[in-house]
Amino acid sequence: MGKRIGLEVSISAAEAVKMANVDCVGAYPITPQTHIVEHLSELVNDGELDAEFIPVESEHSAMSVCAGVAAVGARAFTCTSSQGLALMNEIVHIVASMRLPMVMILANRSMSGPISIWNDHTDVMSIRDCGWVQVFANNGQEVFDHVLFGYRVAESEKVMLPVMIHLDGFILTHVIEPVEFWEEEQVARYLPDFKPTYPLHPDRPVTMGPLGMPDMYSEAKVAQDEALIQSKSEIISAWKELGDIVGRYYKPIEAYKTEDAETLFITQGSFGETVSLVVDSLRDEGEPVGLLMDRLWRPFPFEEFRQAVGNARNLIVIDRAISYGGQGGPLAIDVRSILYKEKNQPNITNFICGLASRDVTIDDFKNIYSKSMEKMKTSPREEDFEYYGIRGK
Amino acid sequence: MAKTKTDLSWQELEIGGIIIHPGNAAEYKTGDWRSTRPVWDTKRCVRCGACYIFCPDASIYETEEGYFEADLYHCKGCGICAHECPTQAITMVEEEE
Repeated sequence: MGKRIGLEVSISAAEAVKMANVDCVGAYPITPQTHIVEHLSELVNDGELDAEFIPVESEHSAMSVCAGVAAVGARAFTCTSSQGLALMNEIVHIVASMRLPMVMILANRSMSGPISIWNDHTDVMSIRDCGWVQVFANNGQEVFDHVLFGYRVAESEKVMLPVMIHLDGFILTHVIEPVEFWEEEQVARYLPDFKPTYPLHPDRPVTMGPLGMPDMYSEAKVAQDEALIQSKSEIISAWKELGDIVGRYYKPIEAYKTEDAETLFITQGSFGETVSLVVDSLRDEGEPVGLLMDRLWRPFPFEEFRQAVGNARNLIVIDRAISYGGQGGPLAIDVRSILYKEKNQPNITNFICGLASRDVTIDDFKNIYSKSMEKMKTSPREEDFEYYGIRGK
Repeated sequence: MAKTKTDLSWQELEIGGIIIHPGNAAEYKTGDWRSTRPVWDTKRCVRCGACYIFCPDASIYETEEGYFEADLYHCKGCGICAHECPTQAITMVEEEE
């Protein structure tokens, strides 16, 4: 077992990137991701990590650097947040279509405007359909483990796709938590060297990222989507092996006290930890309630999700992003769609809250539970969603 | 000949749409873009080969007699050959079909 030390989550994330022995970090600082790249630049400067650190002039270049690095068969890392992600958006889509493996940490932050440096998932949802494997980490340990998991999945011959790890800005990035480091030997066993099928090399010239005319663009996109869908089996086996090595077993949908639960909260990211305390408290009061935390966002684990919902009668979906003019938050829209074919559809209520780091406390979640129970009793399908805690609403 | 991209199913595409066989641009017939085609007047042609050198699509070839002709499957009708010909031996003629 590796050493267990108290560290800021950003610093331990950077240490995990070091353990993954990356070849190049191309990054531009942006709050709240800054500490991760700052620490990586120190590790490279101090000779603790033998890698190129390329301090680029924009996030568009950061992702372009990573594309080039992955294309030659080297290991690339970058991380960003909200506006930085928006600026690199073009290349984020392109690396997925070019099947270039890499890991990016997204320190989740609201999209401006109004200008906000705080935390929610509006940046995550802005690139929901970019074609990356996307996982949510709920605490520092999960971030650490998922950096190594990320490279393992991304570089797998069966996957060859970039992996994005979502962690809540400030709420996780700037918090000190105990994190258990891996032993070098465990990393060596878990993460083999990266061997791409067609590395860019003068001796074996290939054309990467060519034009896709209308007569083959659709086939190329279907091939890309199939690759993402099929990556799920590799993701599951990479989690299984991670568990066998370090003793922490992860699942696409994490369930907490769901046995005999009539009502389930559904969350993404660090809210899961808060809601688990809410579930404890409500269970003490005799309420049959449980929690599902969505860890794997894309490819969405439909089968596991349906199984996890089981016979629950009510679902309370918590969203931290807006689909403007849409039918609720992005998570709720997916949840409703997934359960459409079920014979006994549960009632679904959706609350959008916690935008730009606005606190949603245990009492707030209990209040959400009461509101939801009221709606379930009277008119569960009348309202598609509700903004929680808005002055004047 | 290998299958052209148009025939490939999604399963047959290389990963990431990568192209591993060089020179396959020749499989793409650009000739149907053309609105005018080059016609050589062999009485004026001095067989200098300027048209052959300047053609941006490598679609001009030398005949057995040493004159030049366009490969009409690939010639886009850009007219650079006619413009560069030192003896004005090339005329761009309207495609009527």
